[in-house]
Amino acid sequence: MKSNTLEKQAFGVKVQIKNILDSSFSNKLIELGFITGQTIEVVFSAPFGDPIAIELNGSVLSLRLEEAATIEVENTNSL
Amino acid sequence: MKIALFGNPNTGKSSVFNLLTGLRQHIGNFAGITVEKKSGSFQIDNQQHQLIDFPGVYSIYPRSKDEEVVYKVVSNPKHPDFPDLAMIVVDASNLERNLLLFTQIYDLKIPIVLVLNMWDLTQKRGINIDIDKLQSYFPSISIVTTNARIGLGKDRLIEAIKNHQLIATSNLVVEDFKLCELENKKKQEEETQFRYQFLRKIISDIESVEKTKTDTLSRKIDKILIHPIFGYLIFSAVLFVIFQFIFSFASIPMDFIDAQTTNFSNLIANQLPTGLLNDLICQGVIPGIGGVIIFVPQIALLFLFISILEESGYLSRVVFIMDRLMRPFGLNGKSVVPLISSVACAIPGVMATRTIADWKERLITILVAPLMSCSARIPVYTLLIALVIPKQTVLGIFNLQGIVLFGLYFLGLISALFIAIILNLLIKKKEKGFLLLELPSYKMPRWPNVGINVLEKVKIFVIDAGKIILSISIILWALATFGPSGKMENAEKYVRANPSFTQLPEEEQNQKVASARLESSYIGIFGKAIEPAIRPLGYDWKIGISLITSFAAREVFVGSLATIYAVQDDGDENLRLIDRLKKEKNDKNKPVFTLASGASLMIFYVFAMQCMATLAVVKRETNSWKWPLIQVAFMGFMAYFGALFAFTILS
Repeated sequence: MKSNTLEKQAFGVKVQIKNILDSSFSNKLIELGFITGQTIEVVFSAPFGDPIAIELNGSVLSLRLEEAATIEVENTNSL
Repeated sequence: MKIALFGNPNTGKSSVFNLLTGLRQHIGNFAGITVEKKSGSFQIDNQQHQLIDFPGVYSIYPRSKDEEVVYKVVSNPKHPDFPDLAMIVVDASNLERNLLLFTQIYDLKIPIVLVLNMWDLTQKRGINIDIDKLQSYFPSISIVTTNARIGLGKDRLIEAIKNHQLIATSNLVVEDFKLCELENKKKQEEETQFRYQFLRKIISDIESVEKTKTDTLSRKIDKILIHPIFGYLIFSAVLFVIFQFIFSFASIPMDFIDAQTTNFSNLIANQLPTGLLNDLICQGVIPGIGGVIIFVPQIALLFLFISILEESGYLSRVVFIMDRLMRPFGLNGKSVVPLISSVACAIPGVMATRTIADWKERLITILVAPLMSCSARIPVYTLLIALVIPKQTVLGIFNLQGIVLFGLYFLGLISALFIAIILNLLIKKKEKGFLLLELPSYKMPRWPNVGINVLEKVKIFVIDAGKIILSISIILWALATFGPSGKMENAEKYVRANPSFTQLPEEEQNQKVASARLESSYIGIFGKAIEPAIRPLGYDWKIGISLITSFAAREVFVGSLATIYAVQDDGDENLRLIDRLKKEKNDKNKPVFTLASGASLMIFYVFAMQCMATLAVVKRETNSWKWPLIQVAFMGFMAYFGALFAFTILS
């Protein structure tokens, strides 16, 4: 089964981070607080759908779709 | 005592800095690194302390060039800027992410004052933090709460600095902590993850959240400012207002400075005995300084607007909505501000690229920024347009001269984007670019922060660019004043020997002599030497001299033409210069300035890298002469062939 990644999530749906895939910026994602188990939510996107804005622990962070694609998530409801 | 100020971006770090140091601030460079160092001083009980402001970072491991300095300083206790005390400013409403940096510095056993800033906002959002419990986890640190934005907490900060304890020896997060190497990203990840796990545990113990943490007002404002239509409309309107101010209102102080420089120069010229020193001061030094100061109003206005936008939180939304549009050009949402700044002046524009984390995107932004038409081109454009473009109304309402001016700006923008595409294909890169940007809550700008920021940017421009512009002015003056021995004297004698000479009024006699001397000076010789190369573009050697002199800075072009065509500087300079230039004939008795040669010159100035100061800044920012030289080459190529094309089809 293909894994579910952050850029595919609908706005306003809370999801939990399962894993951060390896990339040249994965250390930076982790420093911003994208760590396994953290609940996050896509809140809105820029025009053209990219980049997207993510709410993490009360603050809003912006990620490009290709950056978001390195964040594997799972739906909190399915837990 | 040396105190370092650390903290995440958007935590109010600069408010804390301004609160403590006021206007006693100083800009320099960190030792061995070309990163701007903002430091300030303040006194406690007659003891002088130095506060050094570091760039806002999420971790000591850097994401971009300007962030490296934090790692370089804290990793090396022998570094001259290594602090005796670290003051770490955190946004109390987001403790988890903010404390990451704190635990790293804490484990390095540097004494710490932890500043829980935005305390009011934290409580408003229903977040309760048990400071005593926080203290019990980190017994050796001093903890202060502040609302630095509204100036609250200065006394508490000073008290905490006075009472700070020495170093943490126990309760470390990572015992025997050694910094990871910059390249070892895997190890950094592991370390960060470990710290977050630790922080999560203690935060669930010290913090309780009553209601939601979401900032609903900012979310509502974002609905409009990020809107696919209104978002761009509002951004365009903001830009329009900024440009109106820069171009219309800045001209008032600029004209004033221009007039005062001329007056001052004349005043000194009459006070000092005539001679070489008089000439050097009045024709080299004073106009050189004037040439720097004249840009201050525009730069100050530009940075006034940029700091307001930045302080309010809007600038990061601009990056957010522009990122996707800029990416096909190999640029980044963060390239927008440097490119817009470059319309005033490429120097602050190039400096503003430091925030771009990706080296390739940053480099492309730096390389294309000088193609944006800067304010130094305005005098050149306006002179040439007045000279060769007729005053006509097109389509009932549009002024033809205005359309041409707009066209030149547009050409600059289009070519910048076009070159960016090419560079994007040519420059190889090792790693994928990334954006990773925080969209902070909207806030009212803090006016002292805005004011101090503007002051700082003006200071950097005056000092950095000023040094170069001034020295080039002096070199050009020397080249125009001296020539191979005897040649200039002979030229003067030759002019004076003309029978009609003595019948001319004294003023015109002096002009003729000055013109003849210039022709046989070193710079006149250069002008003649390059004539064969520029003849196909429609220029003669006199224009050639102006091209050479304006390599220092574009606006020098107008002044040089005035000198060469011996027009006396009397305030109404441009008008008389235009009349004089219109009459100028070449050796075939045809006018020198035609639509073809004028348009050719305009195109030349859109493209050519005629600015020493920008080159110097590009060299500093890219750390090698390679990139500025490449820039001179491709811009020169575009200028030459663009001008050749324009001249050929128009004549």
